Amino acid sequence: MSKKILEIKDLKREFIMGSETVHALRGISFDVNAGEFVTIMGSSGSGKTTLLNILGCLDKPSIGNYFLDGVDVKQLSRDELAQLRNHKIGFVFQSYNLLPRTTALENVELPLLYNKEVSAADRRERAINALKAVKLADRHDHTPSQLSGGQQQRVAIARALVNEPVMILADEATGNLDSRTSYEIMALMQELNQTQGKTIVFVTHEPDIASFSSRTIQLRDGHIQKDTPNESMRSAKEVLENLPVTDDY
Amino acid sequence: MSLINLIRIALKALQRNKLRAFLTMLGIIIGVGSVIAMVAIGQGSKQSIHDQLSNMGTNMITVQPASNLNGGVRIAGTSFQTLTIKDITALKAGAQYITEVSPAVTSRGQAINGALNWPTSMSGVAPEYLDIRKLALKDGIAFTQNDVRTSAKVCLIGQTVIDNLFPNGENPIGKIIRFGNIPFQIIGVLSPKGFNAFGQDQDDILIAPYTTVQKRILATIYYSNIYASAANEQVTDAAVTEMTGILRDSHRLTSSEDNDFTVRTQQELIATLSSTSGLLTVLLTVVAGISLVIGGIGIMNIMYVSVTERTKEIGLRMSIGARGKDILMQFLMEAVLISITGGVIGVFVGFLSTQIVTLTLGWPTIISESSVVLSFAVCAVTGIFFGYYPAQKASRLDPIEALRYE
Repeated sequence: MSKKILEIKDLKREFIMGSETVHALRGISFDVNAGEFVTIMGSSGSGKTTLLNILGCLDKPSIGNYFLDGVDVKQLSRDELAQLRNHKIGFVFQSYNLLPRTTALENVELPLLYNKEVSAADRRERAINALKAVKLADRHDHTPSQLSGGQQQRVAIARALVNEPVMILADEATGNLDSRTSYEIMALMQELNQTQGKTIVFVTHEPDIASFSSRTIQLRDGHIQKDTPNESMRSAKEVLENLPVTDDY
Repeated sequence: MSLINLIRIALKALQRNKLRAFLTMLGIIIGVGSVIAMVAIGQGSKQSIHDQLSNMGTNMITVQPASNLNGGVRIAGTSFQTLTIKDITALKAGAQYITEVSPAVTSRGQAINGALNWPTSMSGVAPEYLDIRKLALKDGIAFTQNDVRTSAKVCLIGQTVIDNLFPNGENPIGKIIRFGNIPFQIIGVLSPKGFNAFGQDQDDILIAPYTTVQKRILATIYYSNIYASAANEQVTDAAVTEMTGILRDSHRLTSSEDNDFTVRTQQELIATLSSTSGLLTVLLTVVAGISLVIGGIGIMNIMYVSVTERTKEIGLRMSIGARGKDILMQFLMEAVLISITGGVIGVFVGFLSTQIVTLTLGWPTIISESSVVLSFAVCAVTGIFFGYYPAQKASRLDPIEALRYE
C-alpha cells in the first residue's frame, strides 16, 4: 500500500467576475499515490490551469479539500503556502523560467536560498548532484543563453529536484520543444519516476506525451471526464532510439 | 531567509544589470559628493573669515570716545576727547578680566627718507599693543617702557612703508627717517599682515611710543583709543562690563548720563560675518540636499521599472517558495545596496572635488565630519524610503498573475 501524496475531495473553484460567477472546477475528486506518473489532459477552458494552480499551492479551492502530503492546504496563510511550495513541490514550466545571466548552478541553488535549514556548502553540493541527475554535470557555469532549449529545461528540472520535493509538477514542460527534445525530457521524467520513485504530475494537451505516463486524468468543463490507468505505457527511451537519425545529431 | 542569503540574492540581481545600477547610483553619488563639497567650501570660507579676524586678536577690546552732548550740541565721537592716562591707570588697577591695556593715538603724515617720501599713519602705543593686536616683529626689537617714559624717537615700520622708502632693499634697521619734522630711528620691522577684511593695508604703518606721538607730534594729553585684551575669549563679555564700570567711575558719570565712550569687542564682528557665511553654508547645503532627494527619486523610478520588468522573476521566486516578505526584503536590499554604495563613492567624490577646489582655485575648504556622517545617513534612509514602495508593490504580486506576465 503506497502513501497518498495528493488527496482531492470534491474540489470546487469559482471566480467572481463582476456580477457573474465562473465555475472553473465543479467538483473534482482523485488521489495520487507516491511513485505515480500522472498526466492531466484537457482542452482550453477545461479547468486544467485552475487545477494546476491549486495543485501547485498557488491558489486555494473555494469549496472542498486538498491535502498535499497530509497537509490541508486550505488552512494555510500566504506565507505558509510559500513554505509548502518550497519544501514539497518542484515546478517545471513551459518557458523554463530560468534567471537570465545567472549560471546553471546558481539557478538550481535558487529554491534552497529560501530554505533556512540548508547551509551554503550543503546547497552547493545538492545543486551539483541535481545537475548530475539531469546529465548536465559539465554545464555548471553556463548561463541560460549558452544552453539549448532542452538543456534549459533540464536545468529547470534540476531546480525542481534540488529541494527533494514529494511531487514534481510540470506545466506543459515540453510545449516549447521539438519532438526529439520532448522525448528526451520525457525519458528523463520516466527515469526519475522509475529509478528514483519521484511522483510526477504532468499537465499537457498532447495525447502523445500522455502515453508515457502511468495514468491519465482527462478534464472537461470543470469535471473529470476520464481517469484511466495506462496499461501500455510507452518507454520514451525506446521511442527515442527508434527515431530516424538525421545529420543534425 | 538569512541576511547573508538576502545580500547574496540582491547583489546577484544588481550584477545582472551593472550599468543600470551604476546610473541609478549616480544621483546619490552626485548628491552626497555635492553635500560634502558644498559644506566644505562653506565651512572653509567661514573659517577663513574667522581666522582673519582672529589675527587681529579675537579677545581684543577697543574703547573709543563716543558722541556726547556738549552744551546741547552733539559732537562726533572721534573728535571728542575723553580718554586719558587716568583711565589707563584705573583699568590697570581695577580690572580683573583684562590682562593688557594700551592707549593709542594716531597721526597721519608724511614719512621721509632722503628724497623719498610716503604718506602713512603713525600709531603711538604702549609696548603691550603688539601683544594685544597679535603683531610680530620680523626683524629688530620692540620699544620698551623705558622708551615710553623718555618719549624716545624710535619706531617700528610696516612692510608697505619699507617698500616705498627703501625701494632698493637696504636693511632699514638703524636708519633714521623723518615723520613730519621729527627724526625717528627704525628699531624693528613688523611682519607683514596683508590687507584686512575691509581692504585696509595693515602694513602701511609706523608704530612709536604713545608718549612720543602725543608730546612731539600731536601735543595732546588725550588718547584716540584704548586697546585691551581679555584674559580669554570666554570672559570678553565680563571684561566689557567691568571696563564700562571702571571707565564710568573714572569719567565721573552719574547714573543718568550716557557713556561718553564705546566699548567694542571683535566677537560682534565675528558673529556678524560668521552668520553671513553661515547663511551661505545653509543655502549650499539646501541645494545639495535637493540633489540628494532627486537621487532618491531616481532610485524609486528605477526600482519601479525593475519590479515591472522582473515580474516573471518575482512570480518564479514565489512559486519556488519565496514569501512576500522575502521579495520585499530583496528589493529593499537592492535599493539600500545601491544607495549605500553610491554613498561611499559619493564620499570619495566629495573628498576628491574638495581637494581639487582647494588645489586649483585656492579656496579654503574644511571637510566637516558631520556633513559626511549626515549625508551618508540621509542616503541610507533615502534608499529605504524610496525603495520601500516599489519593493512593497513587488511583494504583493499574485504569483499566478506574475508567472503569466509577458
